[in-house]
Order: sequence, then structure tokens, then C-alpha cells
Amino acid sequence: MPNAAIELVDVNKWFGTFHVLKDINLTVGTGEKVVICGPSGSGKSTVVRCINRLEEHQKGTIRLDGVELTNDARSVASIQGEVGMVFQQFNLFPHLSVLDNLTLGPMKARGMSRADAEDRARRYLDRVRIPDQADKMPAQLSGGQQQRVAIARSLCMEPKALLFDEPTSALDPEMIAEVLDVMVGLAQDGMTMVVVTHEMGFARKVADQMVFMDEGEIVEQSAPEDFFSNPQTERCRTFLSQILQH
Amino acid sequence: MKKPLLLLFLLLGLTGCASSSGTWGWYVIDPTTKGGWVNVKFLISGMGDTILISVIAAAISIVLGLIVALPGQSSQRVWRIVNRVYVEFVRSIPLLPMLFWVFYGLPIIFKSMGLDIPIDPFWGAIITLAVSDSAFTAEIYRSGIQSIAKGQKEAAQTIGLNYAQTMRYVILPQAIRRILPPLANQFIYIVKMSAFASVIGMQELTRRANELVVTEYRPLEIYSLLIVEYLILVLIISAGVRWLERRMGSDERQ
Repeated sequence: MPNAAIELVDVNKWFGTFHVLKDINLTVGTGEKVVICGPSGSGKSTVVRCINRLEEHQKGTIRLDGVELTNDARSVASIQGEVGMVFQQFNLFPHLSVLDNLTLGPMKARGMSRADAEDRARRYLDRVRIPDQADKMPAQLSGGQQQRVAIARSLCMEPKALLFDEPTSALDPEMIAEVLDVMVGLAQDGMTMVVVTHEMGFARKVADQMVFMDEGEIVEQSAPEDFFSNPQTERCRTFLSQILQH
Repeated sequence: MKKPLLLLFLLLGLTGCASSSGTWGWYVIDPTTKGGWVNVKFLISGMGDTILISVIAAAISIVLGLIVALPGQSSQRVWRIVNRVYVEFVRSIPLLPMLFWVFYGLPIIFKSMGLDIPIDPFWGAIITLAVSDSAFTAEIYRSGIQSIAKGQKEAAQTIGLNYAQTMRYVILPQAIRRILPPLANQFIYIVKMSAFASVIGMQELTRRANELVVTEYRPLEIYSLLIVEYLILVLIISAGVRWLERRMGSDERQ
């Protein structure tokens, strides 16, 4: 059996005395798309932040392609850049042009030449459908465009998997669709994705696995057809009725 | 460029009015007379050393301040303590005692170590100004680095940048823009504090004024000119910083 792209086994994490993650078990196969939802404070962001080492877990095991993540500095450095991350607040570098945002990682972390890095950057800008914004500054773009640049920036590292931490939560409603369209495109191209989101339309369309978290636990985990039509727990039913109602 | 000149004329005009009462004796620095011109040239020629000492000290302080500031951001307590001890210790020493210690004391330490490193007034002043100022520069860096959102560092990490690359390409370029005004303030402070170099024999602006006062007995006029000399220097620096701010700020927003 081939190694799973991402594997979490009995992962526990505390912030001080606060137990944020309780025995998290999650396996994401290569090319698989997992959508994590749950009320705020349920620990869903912390899960993805542990996967790419922005946070350390204290107990349990996280493996990427079968390689265990430790807190050793070299292991952290080798993981970051292998697993891309798209943030709620975009986190583009405001002092750099769109093109420079995209080429920074490939040139500095991977030692690519500027010409190659720019070729690659333009290819991915094309893919997120903003080929003509390369020379603008991030602040000149709309929120939706900025988030697509952020996705392109992650793609420029040609990551093995892409993590999304509420990628559309900071966007105006009319810009959500353009970002989700790009994400659906990535999903169809076979990218391994872990997405924290409340966009259930998107989840139905692309998810192979749905995960519902509450109070630091995975409460429910199932295929989307079961998840939406037949939720097993009261907590999950309540949550779904709340976010699907309007 | 117009404003400093205007101010200068205003000041000279005002004081000139009072000369009829016999309080003032501008002849001592009147550039239209031969003796006055010699005196003015003597005073102004200190400008070069004042500028040179200040610029070199500021340059060292900007580098040293960063070297001191970075351990303060470390996740390891030992490094943060190193930073705190340096900042608290250095910024508590008044400039004049430190200048005496560096100029008269440090060579003795060097000698006891078998090193033959003479400290002349020029380098004594620069070392003192730079070290003294670096504690303040370090604190300015700290505030600048801390003002950059945490998401910037995280985004840099997720595209594989290491600590040094994150600092160099992501955090510092943004921090520097924000700390330019307080850094400029520090530079102005250094220019003014360089006057202390006069007490260890450095022939900069203040020392020359003192020497001329001793021979001409005209402290009011000579020290007035001295103040105007510093005023002009500081106004030029302010204009330069505003230009730099406009240039650096223009591409970030809008």
C-alpha cells in the first residue's frame, strides 16, 4: 500500500492548559480532497497549521508521504514549501509586486534562476486567471484577486499538497465564486487538498471526505453524500442546519 | 530648500537689529571683511568632521542596532537576555562619561592585553556615538519588526524561506519603511551629540567655536553662528529623510 500524502495519528495539542486537539486521526490519500468544517474554535485551523509546522503538536504522529514530522529544525524547513498554504487573510507581501511575490520562494528557497521562476509564475497566474496583473502591487488588487495570487504563490513551489485555511472567509460575497472556481479547477487536476471552509457547495462538488470538528475532536467523518444527507451526530446536524439554512 | 535659507536670514536679521545697541559685534564673523572671513572659514571648516563623525557613527549604529535587535526576537530565552542586558546597560550610560571611558580608559585595557591600538579623538568619538546610539536603534528595530503582522512570517515559512531569508526579503524591508522616521530622529540626535567630541580635542564645529571664542572674546556672535550651523545641518537631513520616505512609501500603498 502506498504511503498516504498526509497522515495524522492520535495527534494532541495544548495551548497552555487548553486542550485544542484531542486524538485527531486523519488520513489523506494522494490526490484526495478533504474538507474540514465546524464551529469557530473547534480546532480546524490548528489541524492544518500543525500539518505544515506553523504549530507544533505535543503528542501523536504526523506523517507526510510516510516521513514523520518532528520539531527538528531541518525537518521543519524541508516540510515548509513541500506543503502549500493559503491563508484567510491572503498574507501577500505588500512591498513586492505580484510577480515578485510569486518568484521569491522558487528563487530563494529553491535556487531557481529569475527567468525560470518568472516563467513559472506567469504560468500559474494564467492558471488562477489573472495573467495581466503580474506587475501590480497587491494593494491594487481586489480581495478575490489577492487570494488567487496567494494560491498561485503556493503553486509556484509545486507543493505535494495544498492546505486552505478558510480561504474565502475574508472575501466579499461577489468574490467568493472566483476563488472557489480556481480551487475546483485545482481539485479536478488532481491536487491533494485539505480545505477548512464553510462553503458547503464547494464541499459537495469536490470533497472525497468530509470532516466535522467540535471542541478539538473529530466528531464525524464520512463521504459527502452520507455527510449531508445522513449526519450521525446531533452536534453535526445542528451545525449543518445552521449553516445551510440561509 | 527655500525654507532653511529663509529661516537663516530671519535669524540673522533679528539679531542684526540689536547690533546698534552695542550688544552685538558681528564684525567678528562678517564675511565682507578680511578678518571676519578668516574666522567664518575657520568655523565652517569644522562641518566636514561633524558630518563625517555623525555619518560613520550612524552607519555603525544602524548595523550594530540590528545585530543587537535580532536576538531580542529569538524564541530562546538566552538570546533575549543578551539583547536586554545590552540595551539596558548601554542606554543607561551618559554620553560624556562613556566618551571619557572610551578615549582615556579603553587604550589602557588594550595595552594590558598587549594590543597597540591607539584611539584618536576621531575614532573615539565615532565608537562612543555608535555604541551609545545602537541601544536606541535596537529598540527602534524591535518596534518595527514587531509591527509586521505575524501572517507575513508564516507566509514566508510556507514558501520555504528560512529565518534569515524571511528577515531579509519579507520582514525587514517592510519594517525599515516604518522605522525610517524614528531612525532619522536618531541621526539628528547623533549630529547634535557629536558636539561632545570637542571635549576630547576633535576639531569639529563646537571645538572650533570654543577656540575662536577664546581668542576673539565674542561668545554671543560665535555661538549664535554655531547654532545656525547645526540648524542648517538638521534641516538638510530632515529634507533628505522626507524625500527618502516619499520614495520608499510610494510603491507600497494604493
